[in-house]
Amino acid sequence: MNSAQTPLHKVQGMGSAHSGTGHFWHERVTSVALIPLSLWFGYAMLGLAGTSEVTALQFLAHPWNALLMGAFICFSLWHAYLGLQVVVDDYIHTAGTKIFLMLAIRFSVIAVTATCLFAIVRIAAL
Amino acid sequence: MAENPQRPAMSTRPLSPHLTIYRWPVTMATSITHRATGVGLSVGAVILAWWLISISNGPEGWQSFHALADTPIGLLVVFGLTWSLVYHFLNGIRHLAWDLGYGYEKHLAERNSMMILVASVVIAIAIFALAWTGHGGYLR
Repeated sequence: MNSAQTPLHKVQGMGSAHSGTGHFWHERVTSVALIPLSLWFGYAMLGLAGTSEVTALQFLAHPWNALLMGAFICFSLWHAYLGLQVVVDDYIHTAGTKIFLMLAIRFSVIAVTATCLFAIVRIAAL
Repeated sequence: MAENPQRPAMSTRPLSPHLTIYRWPVTMATSITHRATGVGLSVGAVILAWWLISISNGPEGWQSFHALADTPIGLLVVFGLTWSLVYHFLNGIRHLAWDLGYGYEKHLAERNSMMILVASVVIAIAIFALAWTGHGGYLR
């Protein structure tokens, strides 16, 4: 016998974390989506620099801009969630602290995403 | 401290190479900077949420945000976030190239590390220069 893995384990290809390459792959997919979205975000931020809240409101109330801002936020925070998890994985080796930080990251990311999306909907409805 | 005669020359025994005894190659600096800017941008997402909420709160909300964002410290934070996004964007594209199997040659990795560091600072300054010279705000 050359391997300690069972044939089932080998064919599933999930490794010791039981999630395969899912985390890695999602990090790449979100990063690819963020290339055009970040360029749009930079264009929007520079275009709003030095303007008034009326300009910002009108810009963000436009359906396309609201949609793009929503997509930028969702992909950014999903990407941030995956990245912050790796930081904790790499540096924190105490089970209690690790679980606490992982939960804090998860809840914070959901809270920030929800807050941003709520604000976008509220702006569109103003 | 007195030497322990039972355990001579402990400190001169060979150690395997580790973080604090390497001479820092530029690729190491760009790697940890990618992580640091990523964490910084995560904090930036909270500021983005605050900005969006302030817009949705009408003129008073906008003013309360800008009362803080327009201070020297506020502008420094915005500049830091601008540079972080530019850097993470450029170095992220390099990471995707690595994932596709390109750019692993040592001289290439070192050269484009320097290019990314310099370009990120230049682009971030250029964005601020555009805003300050009145070339921003074109969505008005």
